[in-house]
Amino acid sequence: MNFIAIKMLVGNRAKYIGIVVGLTFASLLITQQAAIFLGLMTRTFGFLTDTALPDIWVMDPKVQYIDDLKPLKETESLRVRSVEGVAWAVPLYKGLLKARLPNGTFQTCNVVGLDDETLIGGPPKMLEGQLANLRSSDAVIVDIVGANGKLARTLPDGSRVPMRIGDTMELNDHRAVVVGICRVQRTFQSQPVIYTTFSRATVFAPRERKLMSFVLTKAKPGQDIHALCQRIRETTGLAAYTREEFKALTVRYYMKYTGIPINFGTTVVLGFIVGVAIAGQTFYNFTLDNIRYFGTLKAMGASDFVLLRMILLQSATVGAIGYGLGVGTASALGLLTGSTELSFRLPWQLLLFSAVAVMLICAGSAALSMWKVVRLEPAIVFKN
Amino acid sequence: MSKLLWKDTVDSANSIAVHCKGLTKSYGSGSNQVHALCGVNLEVRTGELMMLVGPSGCGKTTLISVIAGVLERDGGECLVFGYDFKQMNSQEKTRYRGKNIGFVFQMFNLIPALTAAENVAVPLIINGVKRREAIDRAREILCRVGLSDRTNAVPAEMSGGQQQRVAIARAMLHNPKLIVCDEPTSALDHETGHKVMELLREVAVGVGRAFIVVTHDARIFEFADRIAKMDDGYIVSVESLRTDLSNKNNTNR
Ligand SMILES: Nc1ncnc2c1ncn2[C@@H]1O[C@H](COP(=O)(O)OP(=O)(O)O)[C@@H](O)[C@H]1O
Ligand SMILES: [Mg+2]
Repeated sequence: MNFIAIKMLVGNRAKYIGIVVGLTFASLLITQQAAIFLGLMTRTFGFLTDTALPDIWVMDPKVQYIDDLKPLKETESLRVRSVEGVAWAVPLYKGLLKARLPNGTFQTCNVVGLDDETLIGGPPKMLEGQLANLRSSDAVIVDIVGANGKLARTLPDGSRVPMRIGDTMELNDHRAVVVGICRVQRTFQSQPVIYTTFSRATVFAPRERKLMSFVLTKAKPGQDIHALCQRIRETTGLAAYTREEFKALTVRYYMKYTGIPINFGTTVVLGFIVGVAIAGQTFYNFTLDNIRYFGTLKAMGASDFVLLRMILLQSATVGAIGYGLGVGTASALGLLTGSTELSFRLPWQLLLFSAVAVMLICAGSAALSMWKVVRLEPAIVFKN
Repeated sequence: MSKLLWKDTVDSANSIAVHCKGLTKSYGSGSNQVHALCGVNLEVRTGELMMLVGPSGCGKTTLISVIAGVLERDGGECLVFGYDFKQMNSQEKTRYRGKNIGFVFQMFNLIPALTAAENVAVPLIINGVKRREAIDRAREILCRVGLSDRTNAVPAEMSGGQQQRVAIARAMLHNPKLIVCDEPTSALDHETGHKVMELLREVAVGVGRAFIVVTHDARIFEFADRIAKMDDGYIVSVESLRTDLSNKNNTNR
């Protein structure tokens, strides 16, 4: 009976296409919007992903997310270093500073100051120059997206010249020389990222009593990281998180205090509703179109079980096709926009998520149709 | 199988195929209640073609629906080959219909997306025959109803007469013991209807099989062995057209 089910489905071309388009649209909307959402959420902790060397991040207990800067006294790094089980602990400066570009315009930049001695916390990938070049005077390293974009010089004819090694700018009235170009993960705010040393960052930064944002900490081999975090908390009174914990904290903050999840959630729900409305309705109408034939099959001795299997097969078929087309289109859009500002992340969990969503839509519409067919009196076959 | 002359069909067994006594059925309730069957007494024998005639709304469709087991009666008796649908659960009913009863409808009810051969194969497939074999057998029987060149046509590509011949082939391929036809010719013009009835007599009416044909088309009465006249939910008379029918039946088995 399976081939009959499929032929019935495909034979009703208008409805068949309608259902598939509805499901495609729904799974596209759900997948694409959720992927952008995931991309954005990944960006919130992009800096944490880049800074892979330390096991533990130590900070002020009130810090709620990575860009929530509540500086500590520099001496705190010494206290962390003295905790049993810590291999090393180095200071990190993170702050937003205004850069004055050669043409006189200002650009807010995300400045990261690395421990002078070890340069721990540097960019994950150098494209030009060396990290060690930061040791020369006034040296900074800028990220490629910033160098090509917001930090680029605009010529009188409108063309833009990327920032290069050897170029200079002013950070809070202090001269800075570009000695390298790096690549970093996109961050949420999308400002240019500038790396320099900790002590130079404190020169660039406005005068304040406390300037250290984080203490980057490495556990000695064989240490239980969570136990070490606990010890650091107890000894210093500061907050200590593993990288994953800090990522989770950051994401939780954005989920809780920004409208982002609600916005994307609404669109995803909308996609789901569109799926139910278009695909579910059309599928039900398709069953109604064929109700006479279902009745005929029933009269001729097809059991409810067989008829239900036919409907399930029909809905699974349109579901699989719609899902494939929707997810395919979403991936294609993701690839096309991969080099732009748009964030996009499509992990397998999301593929599973939209598969479940499409399955729910299909199961829902199939259930309605199945209910109709089970209740169908075979006597209708003699009605004209 | 050689072509049977319709006169010869009375040579079949004479047992009782359908037995109805005091059969009642009404629709709706309260002031809207319609008494469609008000105590129907009827016997249909194997090997005969019983025609059920009467004015529109007199209960013909209701009666064959109850006999074919697609509608439940309210009261009275109704046995089909000794079986009572009321004693069966819905699964057993469905299975019994699939094995023993063939259907021919006024509007043919062929599945539009299937070819003629596939449509004819459906009852076999329902009864568990493999698709390939069912379609092969469907092709053979389509040759017998004169549609050897239309086996791969879909219903929309066929005339009404051709579609009804496909439907007849579908109703008989799995060899049911009872075939019910509701107004099989009323969607066809007179000449086509006549040909369809000729075919029905030739290839379908046969040994051990009972036929009930509902019609109000007087022009096909000549194809009946017996005619039961209905009015207002009752059988008002049963008339034998083939006078030799009962004699011949009595000599068999
Ligand atoms: N499903 C139904 N609900 C209510 N009344 C019905 C239904 N089916 C048939 N009837 C009524 O029952 C009576 C007999 O109908 P039917 O058996 O279809 O007659 P026929 O086939 O002889 O034209 C008619 O009065 C008809 O209106
Ligand atoms: Mg009728």
